[in-house]
Amino acid sequence: MRDWKNLEPVAGNGLLHRRAFLRGGTALAAAMTGYTLVQSASAQQLTDDPWSLVPGVAVPDYGARSRFEKNVVRTLSNPNAEPRTQHARTPHHLINGTFTPNGLHFVISHAGDPDIDPDKHRLVIHGLVKQPLVFTLDTLGRYPMVSRMTFLECGGNSAPLFSKEPIQASVQALHGLVSCAEWTGVSLSTLLEEAGLDKRAKWLVAEGADAPHLSRSVPLTKALDDAMIALYQNGERLMPGNGYPMRLLLPGWEGNMNIKWLRRIQLTEMPGMSFYEARTYAPILPGGKAYQFYFLQEVKSFITHPSPGLAMKGPGFYEISGVAYSGNGRISKVMVSADGGKSWAQAALQEPVQSKAFTRFRVPWRWDGGAVVLQSRAWDEAGFAQPTRSELVAVRGETTRIPPVTGFPSQHYNAITSWAIDRNGEVKHVYA
Amino acid sequence: MYTRKLRGYIVVLALVFTSSAAFAQAPNLGKPINPGEIAAWDINILPDGTGLPPGSGTPAEGARVYAAKCSACHGQNGKGGPNAALAGGSPIKDMESEKTIANFWPFATTVFDYIRRAMPWRQPRSLTNDEVYALTAYIFSLNKIIGENDAMNAQTLPKVQMPNRGGFIIRFPDRL
Repeated sequence: MRDWKNLEPVAGNGLLHRRAFLRGGTALAAAMTGYTLVQSASAQQLTDDPWSLVPGVAVPDYGARSRFEKNVVRTLSNPNAEPRTQHARTPHHLINGTFTPNGLHFVISHAGDPDIDPDKHRLVIHGLVKQPLVFTLDTLGRYPMVSRMTFLECGGNSAPLFSKEPIQASVQALHGLVSCAEWTGVSLSTLLEEAGLDKRAKWLVAEGADAPHLSRSVPLTKALDDAMIALYQNGERLMPGNGYPMRLLLPGWEGNMNIKWLRRIQLTEMPGMSFYEARTYAPILPGGKAYQFYFLQEVKSFITHPSPGLAMKGPGFYEISGVAYSGNGRISKVMVSADGGKSWAQAALQEPVQSKAFTRFRVPWRWDGGAVVLQSRAWDEAGFAQPTRSELVAVRGETTRIPPVTGFPSQHYNAITSWAIDRNGEVKHVYA
Repeated sequence: MYTRKLRGYIVVLALVFTSSAAFAQAPNLGKPINPGEIAAWDINILPDGTGLPPGSGTPAEGARVYAAKCSACHGQNGKGGPNAALAGGSPIKDMESEKTIANFWPFATTVFDYIRRAMPWRQPRSLTNDEVYALTAYIFSLNKIIGENDAMNAQTLPKVQMPNRGGFIIRFPDRL
């Protein structure tokens, strides 16, 4: 068995080959898991702990996680439901894998989560159709269903990175408005065919049953491609914050368009120019023009482990890991750098790599205890590469003042994120 | 065992069955509904004015509604409240410019549509159509987008030209 200490790095500052742990054998694999690794534990006789000496507690009817995991929660921007938008951000640095548990899925509610009685909820399809139709939840439950993993990302996710100076905050605060789940429901195309599309129909306007009756316009091409009326989230009914009992799912497109609490779809010749498309999700460019209809969530990645708040525990082996995703389709490649982009190592991608879903990437790393800058960069199957921050800022601009971390100076930020680690093992957000 | 030929027939039959079944066996469980039954939900206003209801309102009428139902959040005369300003706004320069109705919103219909579906924040759908027209007129008048005596209704509202109508670069269908 080869000693991991002798492995040749494939890129600067100790990045190892993505399959090094496979070649290195089990001892190396064990040495590389987690950030609490202690090189040599002090000798201690193992004994039975108290929980091993008595029967455990009753199994609950709906499972709850260990009481030791209470700190793994979303952060709330408006916990007292004051009359403004509420945001709940996903703690990416405290979870792993590729899908987000339902209780940790990000939520943005513009006027709270409505308390919808599923038996009274209705979905109407009307407008430029041959026969307007109404569906109940029970009715939709009888249709052929499809399941797919899909990330959902707010158009304003990562907006703090438009700040002219890097804001010191966790990956949850910076990138917490994206999550990934397995959604199950009815293909929207099935219902549109049933209603019968008028030839003039080019768009649909979807509307929720929430207090703002939030509405967004969707091109018919997307509606007929892969749109879904989602009824289940990771196997159970949608969470109230994610649209219970049904939502529109537009894989790879701006989160706000994925109308929650969906109650109405009107087929139209033109977009409705609703508040959220005409005003809110229209990022301003340098010079004063603004993008309209920036629907796609473009290729992006960020490192979750390590990241700010997860301090290193001394030199040695670590696994660098994070998530990559693209609204264009599958992730084709992720590269990781430990020297601020001077040299790169290809990351291993967790199979299966699914279209428009989180792809977990991993690189084994031998940290020598020196100062490093970690970056990840993703490519998608359509050939698009995640831009550097300077490339993005050249087109999209940046702020002249440092905004609050909860602010949204602009939207659709998908450039590279950089984490600097100093000799003390502290992780900081930097621009590199 | 099937012979090769028989197996071929079975495959052909199966294809015929499944391809026709894809359409013929759609569940078709949706219940027909007529426009009268949808009316209370049918609130989308398109930018050409499609969907605007009967009714009318003037800036003066809107000012009274505004003082009673809007000013607590949006401030007197559309400024200085805890929530978004509805009057004023300097020209959009960059991402730090504050988006206002006067300097950013490209379509007049959006103002009517949004007030009617979402405002007042604690009591959405509580305003009459006349009140929504009047508030729309008041806000446009505050911003000098219309005259102070101009009434808003289904005919006049879609003709209102918003100052930033040409301020956008459309991304769709580019790159999609």
